[in-house]
Amino acid sequence: MELLDNLALGFSTALLIQNVLYCFVGVLLGTAVGVLPGIGPTATVAMLLPITFNFEPVTALIMLAGIYYGAQYGGSTTAILINLPGESSAAVTALDGHEMARQGRAGPALATAAIGSFIAGTIATVALAIAAPPLARVALQFGPPEYFSLVLLGLIVSIALARGSAIKALAMIFLGVLLGTVGQDIYTGTPRFVFGQRELYGGIDFVSVAVGMFGVAEILRNLENEQTRTAVVSKVKNLWPTREDRRRIVGPILRGTGLGAALGVLPGGGHVLASFTSYAVEKRISKRQQEFGRGAIEGVAGPESANNAAAQTSFIPLLTLGLPAHPVMALMVGAFIVHGITPGPNVITDEPELFWGLIASMWIGNVLLVLLNLPLIGMWVRMLRIPYQVLFPMIILFASIGTYSLGFNAFDVYAIVLFGLLGYILIKCGCEPAPLLLGFVLGPLLEENLRRAMIIQRGDASVFLTRPISAVLLALALAALVVAVLPAIRKRREMVFTEDE
Amino acid sequence: MERRRSFPDVLAGGIFILLGGAFVVGSLGYELGTPLRMGPGAFPLLVGLLVAALGLGIVIKGLVAGEMIAFGRIPWRAVAVITLALVFFGFTVRGLGFVPASAVTALLTTLASSRVRLLTAVAVAAGLTVAGTLIFVVGLQLRLPLWGPWLGF
Repeated sequence: MELLDNLALGFSTALLIQNVLYCFVGVLLGTAVGVLPGIGPTATVAMLLPITFNFEPVTALIMLAGIYYGAQYGGSTTAILINLPGESSAAVTALDGHEMARQGRAGPALATAAIGSFIAGTIATVALAIAAPPLARVALQFGPPEYFSLVLLGLIVSIALARGSAIKALAMIFLGVLLGTVGQDIYTGTPRFVFGQRELYGGIDFVSVAVGMFGVAEILRNLENEQTRTAVVSKVKNLWPTREDRRRIVGPILRGTGLGAALGVLPGGGHVLASFTSYAVEKRISKRQQEFGRGAIEGVAGPESANNAAAQTSFIPLLTLGLPAHPVMALMVGAFIVHGITPGPNVITDEPELFWGLIASMWIGNVLLVLLNLPLIGMWVRMLRIPYQVLFPMIILFASIGTYSLGFNAFDVYAIVLFGLLGYILIKCGCEPAPLLLGFVLGPLLEENLRRAMIIQRGDASVFLTRPISAVLLALALAALVVAVLPAIRKRREMVFTEDE
Repeated sequence: MERRRSFPDVLAGGIFILLGGAFVVGSLGYELGTPLRMGPGAFPLLVGLLVAALGLGIVIKGLVAGEMIAFGRIPWRAVAVITLALVFFGFTVRGLGFVPASAVTALLTTLASSRVRLLTAVAVAAGLTVAGTLIFVVGLQLRLPLWGPWLGF
């Protein structure tokens, strides 16, 4: 019954009026950026992060989390209506969802996506509440060698976040780690790579890196080929699925939820993997395989449930180990740290209100999302008509204001330019920015635990292999690396991602 | 195997070698310490070498069997204007104040699109300045003067 007590504590926190309000703001913004192609949740969270510094920690995290899973939700609307996935995981939804819309069944497709996401979100939230505490207890036994190996594993697995060549993703990860070393050394206080600039003593602000790489670079990409968005959106009517539809979506929703909840735990793009896997499973076991790609409702229900379930359970590594599974999570690590909380296994015992409040808020957020998405669908459709020429100046302006307000430091704004340009060139060369951001956030942890482990073990590096948990984690990291480099599997990965385009 | 040169691969690898190398050179200036007590230079040195080595690998792969990526054109106008707008904001927000700095930044940014009409640009910039002021200064109580000391306030 401990679980019920904990959930009661969570709901009493999450139902505080300001928390519900900011949860609502979060999912509203999340839906908006999910719907709009060209602006993603990472850039949004990065821009809004400075604003949340004045909030209570739990309120801030509830809102940021809301943006993340709200975006998963909103992405499906764009995918179904105009065949443009607003978020990468919604790409699969576009296959059958848009086909349904063309047949005049946009309403049931949207409703199925919303219902599936809601059921998946609810079940996955419970899974999160059940699975997180035991995992956190295991993680409490971790010493510096285990943490070092775990962080390394997380970084290697994040190669899966990137499409394209694995060696480039690896280089991006370690470039991120390298950029993370700028600033005062934690052990000796020696300022490193600061070029005598006082502003750099605290390190490069990760908000600048994220806004530059995900905001500015993305805008430059979009401005390469300007085209008017053809928003020929038909009226959405007959929202409710027919009795036949309802019968057909039950199985896919439940299977999608299970798959998503399991795959979401994997660090590195679990939600994208989940929606693709769910689609493949539904297609294989369906009696109506020929309908897939031509508007099969199962092809909407399964993947949508899977990606939403994965969005919830991807909080498990963050909350129990302090390991971010997605660039947005990497930013949330930053939010924890700003509020003086080290994300990791201690959060659950030291800050039970924050931990359970955040989990409970996810369920509340899912309820709000259903309310926002079904009755207000017309509003989101209209939002698709906002021209990009208004959108990108807004991103640039709000990004510069937000970053400046971090520390009233003009240097942080200049850093956006630097990382925007660097990111733009690297993205053009086929390097994805997500691994770099993860490397940047996790790099200092990697260094700290390496050095601490070496001090404790008197300079004996074999400790990483002789401690069993550490050895297993390193073996997993090695296996992940081999898998990422092996050509056969890489080909399959590329296939998955070309459909993603 | 057929030789496929890939310019993006070579460029990306070059950037990694350059940045990794720069950190290696920089870290040699700090104390390296011993394995037992690593100095501030040790970790950046190791990672820098790793990045440079990976960069070298990418260059070699790019010369032999590169990844075929369309590099595409670069929107020079957008690059220049957005850089200018952001630097302008950082440089003047304290001196000119929130409103003028935002207005100029927004106006410059709208000009990044090659298809914008001047009237639209002014309207968008004005709208964003008002929205920004309402959200950040009025709503979120950002402690910044609306009009700065350079304007005689």
